[in-house]
Amino acid sequence: MDDAKINAIVEAVIQQLIAAGGISNSNPEAKINPETQPEGRTHSSSIDRAETQPVNIDLPDPNEDAYRYQPGVTNPKDPAALPELIKSTSARIGVGRAGPRYRTASLLLFQGDHAITQDALYRDIDPKLLGEFGLFSVQTKITGGKEQFLLRPDLGRQLSDEAKKMIAERCVKNPNIQLVVGDGLSAAAIEANLRQIFPVMVQGFQSAGLSFGTPFYIKYCRVGVMNDVGEAVKPDVVILLIGERPGLGRAESMSAYMGYKPQSGYNDADRDVICNIYEKGGTNPLEAGAFIVQVAQKMRQHQASGVKLKLAAK
Amino acid sequence: MLLRTKLHGKTYEFPDIRILMGKANEEKSGDQLAGVAASTAAERIAARLVLAEVPLWLLRENPAIPYDQDEVTRVIQDAVVESVYEEIRTWTVGEFREWLLEDSTSAEMIRRASDGLTAEMVAAVTKLMSNLDLIYAASKIRVSAHCNNTIGAPGTLASRLQPNHPTDSPEGIRAEIYEGLSYGAGDSVIGINPSDDSYSSVSRLLDMTYDIIKTWEIPTQNCVLAHVTTQMKCLQSGSPVGLVFQSISGSQKGNESFGISVGMLDEAYELAKKHCFPAGPNFMYFETGQGSALSADAHHGWDQLTLEARNYGLAKRYHPFQVNTVVGFIGPEYLYDANQIQRAGLEDHFMGKLTGIPMGVDACYTNHAKADQNAIENLAVLLTAAGCNYFMAIPMGDDSMLSYQTTSYHDTPTLRQLFKARPAREFEVWLESMGLMKDGMLTDKAGDPTFFLKR
Repeated sequence: MDDAKINAIVEAVIQQLIAAGGISNSNPEAKINPETQPEGRTHSSSIDRAETQPVNIDLPDPNEDAYRYQPGVTNPKDPAALPELIKSTSARIGVGRAGPRYRTASLLLFQGDHAITQDALYRDIDPKLLGEFGLFSVQTKITGGKEQFLLRPDLGRQLSDEAKKMIAERCVKNPNIQLVVGDGLSAAAIEANLRQIFPVMVQGFQSAGLSFGTPFYIKYCRVGVMNDVGEAVKPDVVILLIGERPGLGRAESMSAYMGYKPQSGYNDADRDVICNIYEKGGTNPLEAGAFIVQVAQKMRQHQASGVKLKLAAK
Repeated sequence: MLLRTKLHGKTYEFPDIRILMGKANEEKSGDQLAGVAASTAAERIAARLVLAEVPLWLLRENPAIPYDQDEVTRVIQDAVVESVYEEIRTWTVGEFREWLLEDSTSAEMIRRASDGLTAEMVAAVTKLMSNLDLIYAASKIRVSAHCNNTIGAPGTLASRLQPNHPTDSPEGIRAEIYEGLSYGAGDSVIGINPSDDSYSSVSRLLDMTYDIIKTWEIPTQNCVLAHVTTQMKCLQSGSPVGLVFQSISGSQKGNESFGISVGMLDEAYELAKKHCFPAGPNFMYFETGQGSALSADAHHGWDQLTLEARNYGLAKRYHPFQVNTVVGFIGPEYLYDANQIQRAGLEDHFMGKLTGIPMGVDACYTNHAKADQNAIENLAVLLTAAGCNYFMAIPMGDDSMLSYQTTSYHDTPTLRQLFKARPAREFEVWLESMGLMKDGMLTDKAGDPTFFLKR
């Protein structure tokens, strides 16, 4: 008989004895020591733990800096230096551990950040916002919802026939500037920035004496759709405001892609982009709006965009 | 050539090896995007029934891209050891699968057979393997390599400390390295993806990481994953380089889109052997990933699994210290969800080992894929069972520079403690001497970045 079989039999006998109350399976040495309970890194520590009190859980937002950057290391060698290290990077360090795993607060903070990106990705834009700016809405060739949108970038780069028809009917042709707004991978980014950036651009182009055309919204939008817009409206410059792929915990980041007379076959090398547009930490949408006006003027002046503009402006 | 079968009363015929190979794959969004996937589940299995009867010689004679048109094909075909190939050329793909899984087939026998294979044979047998087949067969094959330490020895699991920072701040990167080391990360490499690819920035990061390695006498190597030409400049001007890195593709055209060629990699390899500071003899580091050739329109109508296998054939030329697929980084149009990412991770790991290279995996996902941290934690467990050499180690798995999520500083010690695996031997001795690890477990001092503030 091999060792494994003997062990299995011994184990079975012990289990029977435990079940019969003959022996206890708890190790008397293995008491739970409250002193080993880790400190800090939980913002619920003020909750009254006494069983006689009614449970009353009312938490602040863990995204507040005081919680997000609270050191989680138990007994660090240099407690004073730990917050400095944490401040030096956007990476999630100084979080401590529970055995080899994450502390509860840092685990849930991470999951909360991922949740924001997922909600942004699968949500449609608020139609009220489009109404505020008088944007009519068209679609690309995506017909199968968000799933198809993620799977078929090629279809997200082409306006549907219906969209082309509506644009032909409703848009002023040959304007100096054609603004379009697209959901891209985050409708939340448009919602977070459009109210700030839109008026700045309208005003900027007005004072520059440039005609602004008829702005509209594109659902299921990829950057490459600018070529179709250029061919449908024939403006000098197409500006596309589009939601970026959400980063962990950040769904409000928007990009402005710009191209001079975009047409079929044009690619990223023919475009200019201002990315990371968001308040608090990114390019401020007010500043971005002013910058877009400048770039558009430069494109018209040199009759070029992208790499060609760089070479022409040298 | 006739490639035909009946299945459930229906006849399926495949015009050539290219179409057969595409249709035999597990479902992948990238193959659907490329128009090479099976159109029904039954057609997929019909393709496998036929593929199982294909002899290996037919695959050798039908490379994805003809020999005279593609230098990756030439590298792979020219490296075949003809005497080994002669022994196996008449096996069918189905027989090859069973031979790999037989208990009487040893690791040494598989390593020897590797030298008679081409990438198309490696890809073909992978298409016939279930997930557990891939895990079991890969677990038999250990490919180890040496630079300043030994990676891939049986019973070990290493990690690449990846202290990326959105603006390459040396202070921030240093803090991340300290935290990572305190979790026992970094035995594969301390490897930074730079935000700024310039020579001055890259050489500064090489100096900084080398300084940490020297100050703490860490038996590991550094790497800054800039374009290979930038690293070559660093080597020539005397910067302390541990490993030389490059992303590679499975076709010449794909490599051109990365701005590289076989000739350039040959040159980088010669410079590495001459100027890298570690003992060696393995100095190269490559990253790959299914779908990269398709995204550069450089797939020549072939499926993404076969193109991926060709990466490994190319990598083998340079006796690398480590190679990893960055499975899931490319996005949902190539690998749609957790299921596809997990499958591709297991396939890539197995194919790398069968090719004979020391294989790790960046088990990861982007925020627009249908996947989450649970999915890659699962994948890491499966790959550890499969004997994967190393994973990425990033603060809580969140790369704030590349904006994707991968495995964390916490994950490698967890997997080590779960599977009774140890760090690379030299690195474990160092961790024990620092008092950060004892008998394979983290000590109370571990997990504290301030540990490394004063020597």
